[in-house]
Amino acid sequence: MLTVDGLTSAYGRIEVLHAVSLDVAAGEIVALVGSNGAGKTTLLRTLSGVQPASGGRIVFEGEEIQRLPAHARVVRGISQSPEGRQVFGPLSVEDNLRLGAFRRNDGTVNSRLDAVYTMFPVLSERRRTAASSLSGGQQQMLAIGRALMAQPKLLLLDEPSLGLAPLLVDQILEAVVDLKRKGITVLLVEQNASAALAIADRGYVLEVGRIVHEGNGQALLQDPKVRAAYLGV
Amino acid sequence: MAEFLQLVFSGLTIGAVYALVALGFTLVYNASDVINFAQGDFVMIGGMGTVFLMAAGLSLPVAAMIAIVAAVLVGLLLHRLAIEPARGASPVSLIMITIGASIFIKGVAQLVFDKQFHSLPAFSGTAPIAIGGATILPQSFWVIGGMFCVVAGLWLFLEKTLIGKAVLATAANRLAARLVGINVTVVLALAFGLSAAIGAVGGILVTPITLTRYDVGTLFALKGFAAAMVGGMGNPIGAVVGGLLIGLMEAFGAGYLSSTYKDAVAFVAILVVLLVMPQGLFGRRAVERV
Ligand SMILES: Nc1ncnc2c1ncn2[C@@H]1O[C@H](COP(=O)(O)OP(=O)(O)O)[C@@H](O)[C@H]1O
Ligand SMILES: [Mg+2]
Repeated sequence: MLTVDGLTSAYGRIEVLHAVSLDVAAGEIVALVGSNGAGKTTLLRTLSGVQPASGGRIVFEGEEIQRLPAHARVVRGISQSPEGRQVFGPLSVEDNLRLGAFRRNDGTVNSRLDAVYTMFPVLSERRRTAASSLSGGQQQMLAIGRALMAQPKLLLLDEPSLGLAPLLVDQILEAVVDLKRKGITVLLVEQNASAALAIADRGYVLEVGRIVHEGNGQALLQDPKVRAAYLGV
Repeated sequence: MAEFLQLVFSGLTIGAVYALVALGFTLVYNASDVINFAQGDFVMIGGMGTVFLMAAGLSLPVAAMIAIVAAVLVGLLLHRLAIEPARGASPVSLIMITIGASIFIKGVAQLVFDKQFHSLPAFSGTAPIAIGGATILPQSFWVIGGMFCVVAGLWLFLEKTLIGKAVLATAANRLAARLVGINVTVVLALAFGLSAAIGAVGGILVTPITLTRYDVGTLFALKGFAAAMVGGMGNPIGAVVGGLLIGLMEAFGAGYLSSTYKDAVAFVAILVVLLVMPQGLFGRRAVERV
């Protein structure tokens, strides 16, 4: 579904992604783990088109998309729940969700809205509330729900568990597994490597802008080098 | 009492136009962080455009419509040719660019129009209406009513349409707006076009009272800017209240002190706001930036 081939990306003159290559097959959950500053967020931003690629290719469903503007990638079926949630603070929960469907504002919007509310009932209770007054966990659900409103084929999740209590982390990760059952492909970025690899089909380890390990989720979890570096074992 | 009321009427009338200019500042500032000092020139284009189109034989409504469309085109060109290429420049550079654009627009207006003062006929007669011992011109109702219509229309657009909400979303969080597929360049163009239309409407409404000339935009920009600052830059309600306040202060200053200092009121207001309450009366829009 997604092939990233030799992708580089830079902030000004400082290159932070060095020829990154990875694949995501339809129906998979792929985890991308790595320590703070490795370039995970930069990679997702480049995939979404809010950060320019300085080299390499991004192929999505057979089409090269690295030059497409961000909104065109949303139309093709890539949507992202960004790091730090980035909800539209002054707008209501429901407006946030409806804006998630900005590029798919068709007759099915209301049924997708219902699906998000079913998935995260607390959002339904607070649908008229300003997004900024939600708790961190609720904002995370809102960010994921907003990304789902675009009816993505590929969902990019950047650190959905960051700053959440363990119980909420479990709830969010369960939701991710649920999305996979519904046929949505997920590229999951986490510093919380053990949690991410536990639910992932496959994983990649990114280290200062380079992929240094890859393998299926369980194998990476067992890999002594990965354990030493990322799982604090 | 009658004199007081008279000053209130004239203050609210001119204040309504400042409010419209301030709304224009607000719209563009929220969508792009740009303070567009060419905002006042849209007022001029609205007034002068209508004057010259009527002189060419068109009726007032037709002339006014065309003048508004012309202002929108100028606003879109300003965005496309001056703001968009400078994307990422510092706020000070962007302000410089809009000041340069304002000077350029005035230069072109001098050529396209002329250097004389012009007026428009009042929309519904000039017979003053007596209220509480004071009198008010029918045109004042047009100006104040027009301002409220614009405010209501803008509110409906922003709150009730998805594209309007996309403007609010872009103002709240540009990165997230891009991630949901909003084309922020289009949103910025829309903000410039809308603010131009709003300014032009103000110019058309007020020209029967205040006259217009190629360079009236400068004072309108300064006073609209003062109004936006007083209300809290980026806050639409603040813009309206700030505009009316500046208008009232100006009228009282002229009535009770001296009309010589009329234009100084706005400058004093800017200074006071900057020194005493930099957030303005209603506070700056809470910005969530990445
Ligand atoms: N906006 C930015 N400008 C300049 N450098 C940045 C910016 N964002 C991130 N970086 C740098 O790029 C590198 C990768 O950051 P990031 O992609 O956020 O990593 P991660 O998400 O894995 O923590 C870091 O060295 C970081 O300092
Ligand atoms: Mg990150």
